[in-house]
Amino acid sequence: MIKFENVNKWYGHYQALVDVCESVDKGEVVVVCGPSGSGKSTLIRTLNRLEPIHGGKIHIEGQDIHAKGLDVNGFRSRIGFVFQQFNLFPHLTALENCTLAPIHLRGLGKAQAREQAMALLERVGLAHKAHAFATELSGGQQQRVAIARALAMEPPLMLFDEPTSALDPEMVGEVLTVMKGLAKDGMTMVVVTHEMGFARDVADRVLFMDVGRVLERATPHDFFNAPEHPRAQQFLSDIRSPFAAA
Amino acid sequence: MSFLEVIDTYWLYFLVGRYPQGPLGGLALTLLLASLGLLLALPLGLLLGLGRVSPWAWVRLPVTALVYVVRATPLLMVIFWAYFFLPSVTGIKTDQFATMLIALVVFDAAYLAEIVRAGIQGLPRGQIEAARSLGLSYLGAMRLVVLPQALRHMLPSLVNQFVATIKETSLGYIIGLAEVSFIATQINTLVFTLPSQIYLTLGLTYFILCFGLSRLAYWLERRLSQREKPHLPAQALT
Repeated sequence: MIKFENVNKWYGHYQALVDVCESVDKGEVVVVCGPSGSGKSTLIRTLNRLEPIHGGKIHIEGQDIHAKGLDVNGFRSRIGFVFQQFNLFPHLTALENCTLAPIHLRGLGKAQAREQAMALLERVGLAHKAHAFATELSGGQQQRVAIARALAMEPPLMLFDEPTSALDPEMVGEVLTVMKGLAKDGMTMVVVTHEMGFARDVADRVLFMDVGRVLERATPHDFFNAPEHPRAQQFLSDIRSPFAAA
Repeated sequence: MSFLEVIDTYWLYFLVGRYPQGPLGGLALTLLLASLGLLLALPLGLLLGLGRVSPWAWVRLPVTALVYVVRATPLLMVIFWAYFFLPSVTGIKTDQFATMLIALVVFDAAYLAEIVRAGIQGLPRGQIEAARSLGLSYLGAMRLVVLPQALRHMLPSLVNQFVATIKETSLGYIIGLAEVSFIATQINTLVFTLPSQIYLTLGLTYFILCFGLSRLAYWLERRLSQREKPHLPAQALT
């Protein structure tokens, strides 16, 4: 479904992505992990052209998505993107956040869009908050609405850029539960996260990145039990016992 | 002649000029000029503001140049341009009202454009990213996500500009437009002995208009912020 071919990207003189070659199959859940600044957020943002690339190609469902003349808006509407900072539209209610794009892009009638949005809010457990504004919701609730908003365009692919990193610890679980549900329903997902428990339980594959390269690709079982690359071994030992090095 | 007699004699002249025998003037003309100025400057300012932040250089550069030129020019100059320069270019002799209106709209639109630009750029980048990642076009994201929020944040600055517009109409005096300052001067010339009282009345008139508008905006601002942040009324933060 997704295919990276020798993707390169620079920020000025700094190379953020180095010859990334990777593919993701339909229905697969891929977790991307690695230390800060390793390029994992950059990688996921190139997938819906929030970041341009400077070399190589990315194909999604056979389409060269960084090609000139691509219908960017049409292409983006078929990819759900969930941000670290939620980015709910604060001037709209939870329900209106979820009906905005379907009404204006899919041409859905208001009643139909509301019905669909209510079903999605139900699915993320927030039907009772349909008329609340973002400021009335906790971080975990905002992120669940953001997931519902992305799902409202019925995308075949969902991207998550550190969806739980801005949350208080007690709210991480509710968001991961929603994501697990999506994975169980067969959604193709690419997830940048530090939640190793989620990677272990839900991912089909784990990618480990550092300094712009994908250094290791493995099943969760192999990645957590027998990481091959020394940087991956170091990373895993750091997150398991963060004070060991000190 | 006592001040009460002045009021009794000239109140209608002060309010509407020589209307209905002659053209409309006085306070009514000031209000008409200010309202029309605001009404026309706002959409133009919005367009110019969007142009200032446009990703397309062929839109952004000329708009930026225009905004900078107008902002670096006194309003009086703009009025003179509209009065002397415009008719020689277009070949159409505009009357004083239209001249003043054009000058006000151009001048205020340039200032409004900067307010709009600041309002748009003040929003977190994530808002436009979220809108674009749903598949909205640049203009769609502006219309549905960015502007509704930005306009709300801009309200205090917009009102500031509107209050300034009301006061700027008094410069119509210079091209002989019969707005309220011009009329007050006329009355003063006719009465001759009571300049303090007459100009105090004029000052009070401007004050009531501008103060009223500021209060109205303050009320509107609080209502809007209550809709957005029901648990955090604005006054709790200040």
